[in-house]
Amino acid sequence: MSENNKILNELTQSDYKYGFVTDIETESIPKGLSEEVVAIISAKKNEPEWMLEFRLKAFRHWQKMTMPKWAHLELPEINYQDIIYYSAPKQSAKLNSLDEVDPELLDTFNKLGIPLEEQKALAGVAVDAVMDSVSVKTTFKETLAEKGIIFCSFSEAVQNHPDLIKKYMGSVVPYTDNYFAALNSAVFSDGSFCYIPKGIRCPMELSTYFRINAANTGQFERTLIVAEEGSYVSYLEGCTAPQRDENQLHAAIVEIVAMDHAQVKYSTVQNWYPGDKNGIGGIYNFVTKRGICKGDFSKISWTQVETGSAITWKYPSCILRGNNSIAEFYSVAVTNNHQQADTGTKMIHIGKNTKSTIISKGISAGFSENSYRGLVKVMKGAENARNYSQCDSLLLGDKCGAHTWPYIEVDNKTAIVEHEATTSKIGEDQIFYCNQRGIDTETAISLIVNGYAKEVLNKLPMEFAVEAQKLLAITLEGSVG
Amino acid sequence: MNVDVKLIDTKDIFTRLFNENRDAIFSGSSEYVNTIRNKALEEFVRAGLPERKNEKYKYTPVNEYFSKDLQHNFSPKKIEFEVAELFRCDIPELDTRVILVLNGYYFNPLQELTTLENGVVFGSLRAAANKFPELFAKHYSQYAVYANDGVTALNTAFAQDGVFLHVPKNTTCDKPFQIIHLLMSNEAQMVHHRNLFILEENSEAKVLICDHTLSSHEFLTNSVTEMYAGPNSNLDLTRVQNEHNRATQLTNTYSHQMQNSNVSSNYITLHGGRVRNNVYVNLAGEGAHNNSLGLYLVDDTQHVDNFTYVNHLVPNCTSNQLFKGILDENSTAAFSGKIHVWKDAQNTQAYQRNNNILLTDTAKMNTRPQLEIYADDVKCSHGATVGQLDNDALFYLRSRGIPYKESMHLLMYAFAHAVLSEIKLQPLRERVIELVDKRLRGELSHCNNCKMKCQ
Repeated sequence: MSENNKILNELTQSDYKYGFVTDIETESIPKGLSEEVVAIISAKKNEPEWMLEFRLKAFRHWQKMTMPKWAHLELPEINYQDIIYYSAPKQSAKLNSLDEVDPELLDTFNKLGIPLEEQKALAGVAVDAVMDSVSVKTTFKETLAEKGIIFCSFSEAVQNHPDLIKKYMGSVVPYTDNYFAALNSAVFSDGSFCYIPKGIRCPMELSTYFRINAANTGQFERTLIVAEEGSYVSYLEGCTAPQRDENQLHAAIVEIVAMDHAQVKYSTVQNWYPGDKNGIGGIYNFVTKRGICKGDFSKISWTQVETGSAITWKYPSCILRGNNSIAEFYSVAVTNNHQQADTGTKMIHIGKNTKSTIISKGISAGFSENSYRGLVKVMKGAENARNYSQCDSLLLGDKCGAHTWPYIEVDNKTAIVEHEATTSKIGEDQIFYCNQRGIDTETAISLIVNGYAKEVLNKLPMEFAVEAQKLLAITLEGSVG
Repeated sequence: MNVDVKLIDTKDIFTRLFNENRDAIFSGSSEYVNTIRNKALEEFVRAGLPERKNEKYKYTPVNEYFSKDLQHNFSPKKIEFEVAELFRCDIPELDTRVILVLNGYYFNPLQELTTLENGVVFGSLRAAANKFPELFAKHYSQYAVYANDGVTALNTAFAQDGVFLHVPKNTTCDKPFQIIHLLMSNEAQMVHHRNLFILEENSEAKVLICDHTLSSHEFLTNSVTEMYAGPNSNLDLTRVQNEHNRATQLTNTYSHQMQNSNVSSNYITLHGGRVRNNVYVNLAGEGAHNNSLGLYLVDDTQHVDNFTYVNHLVPNCTSNQLFKGILDENSTAAFSGKIHVWKDAQNTQAYQRNNNILLTDTAKMNTRPQLEIYADDVKCSHGATVGQLDNDALFYLRSRGIPYKESMHLLMYAFAHAVLSEIKLQPLRERVIELVDKRLRGELSHCNNCKMKCQ
């Protein structure tokens, strides 16, 4: 019962556990977006000519686009001229050891419960800590370098591995893909790059902690993961943002390329500031995530636990191009108070004998809106494609909404595509059963919700699973009438 | 379907058509209906016909259908023939009251409205509008919402006639009504027609609608059927669509259900070039139950798109949707179903299922089962599948000496049976089963019952 008590204590605690602003000097450029700003960002990062050209092409394309309106979201107008597009913690020189890192920054990570030094010693996780767009510290680089694995910040990769970046950047998510992808391609500040060479199994889980810190800063990261033939990597992405009243825009891009027999597992726990109880403030999370199973027998798996953000709008997708490739999508999306989520996945079957699985669990409480939107497309040549989708929604309260919008497009007779969805609330009998055994209603709900989401939580790496479970409980705080 | 059709501005065309033929369109209709006509046209001009970008019409390019050069008639054609001689849509052992609608006009030169002994009135919609202005003020165009819906707006502006049925309180209709929509012309034609069924409290009726084409010309039908089911009423609708490959049919069926009413509708699409069925259900009284079923058997380059929208407006209602399809050759089909549970519509139970079988590599299925739920004490589920016939089952049958073709047929027949078994009238069910059986064997031509044999 001690674990339950802990959850209860956390439930009754303050609103947002991670709401604080780290007082670090940041270097920002003025608000607004123009070709000049794009050039400044590129210059600040000391980028080669081709990179600047890429950014400008994307920016010019973005100018021609309008923000899409089809999602089931109430989107306030976003003033793109009112955002600072670059902000970097001031640093004099490159750091070699933890001692050189700003103690305040280390403190921030400690508050988040991810002490770098502890992780280095205990968890065996290499952390590429991204704090406001610029990579501060990359650990375990040496260990990884021995295996030939490249794991560094995106800007470093642009300098040191231009060939790889040129080859793969924009190959999965081109800048023409959508409005926010174009915006990101124009102004992206930094991100992570990961390259696993042929036949290498990455010995540890790679992880990046993103934090949006300086006020009014849109965070535009770019992550690129390339897994060569027969390699394996598990990548973790965790996010926390300090509490703030103004909405902050987050439009990232994640690209994954998996070659023959390669496996990539990408896990996300997202608990950005969701806004207060009245729906004021909070992060807009508009991310384009896509992976391509380029080679035969390759596998990409997305696992996400979405508990934060005022508005979540993303569809981690897979293109199954290689024959016999496999794609998986496991998602738990929790919305409370005035949060909105329109999330799901796209599975595009192109190769033969491709398989995809979608398990999505939506939980809505308070006044929130939670939608699953997904596309399963089987192209003409995709012989023997197989898809199984299951989307369940759980409603806690009578003021929230839960919606399911699957799209299934089948162009091949050998395909077998199944979709099923249910929407229900927690049974009174289930709660009664718990009450009867001395478990109060709030704990009972936390227990049942965790059980409901188990199928997905089980797919998370251990450290994440524990945090995710606690997050579920915190997010649902106060949702019990 | 990537044929490059030169799109003409349909807004312009239909506005001009409306203004030029205003007198003919307005003549004979009641003032109330004509007032709504004007408003509907305004709305049509504002909303326009749905394009591909419209999520509701994502898979069916309705605006392309309407931009074809088709003839319009604003008065019934004088066609002298003994209809019964030409056409038989008989159902053995089922005695029905036959109502003929020819090219959108009620066809009975002798009697426009019939009143039965028990007070049931049926007949021409146009005549009824003049005779029962209060009923029309209460029900006409109340359920078929044309706001933001170019297709229904166009029908509301242009439709002149169709079938009217009024069943008074505490009345049960002894015989089912059989409405036969016939299309016959010597040129390509567009037809708008409209039905209104009103079932008062505690009443009961069964309606069968058959859609047929009698000449091989290109047709475009845009029909609207409004159904009001009063408290404790019981309405059973079966629609059998059997038109030729050059015909395009858009049906819009709106049911508005009061407390404890029970409406069941069944759409059997046997044949038709392009078919789009819009099924709108409003569960507006507690305890109401709706059943919407569909079966579509498509081949050649046919296209069938079923769209349902079930609105659970109040608590304690139940709904059930089941749509099944078998796609052969180069056909395409789409299903888009929505269950919308409104705030406070607690204790809702809503189910939806769509199963499809693709027989060839060139057939294409798009399905979108959707749930939109704003109440928490609900049980809702949907499921959709696209696949093939079960190889194990096929093997089982063949290992027992049943030839391949016959085994395939048996399995398809069994697949379709779930929908067919829901047809409540036994003689009708047997007849439809027989038609489906023939259709699956490829023996049913669209004008199986027609003596003209024009195609």
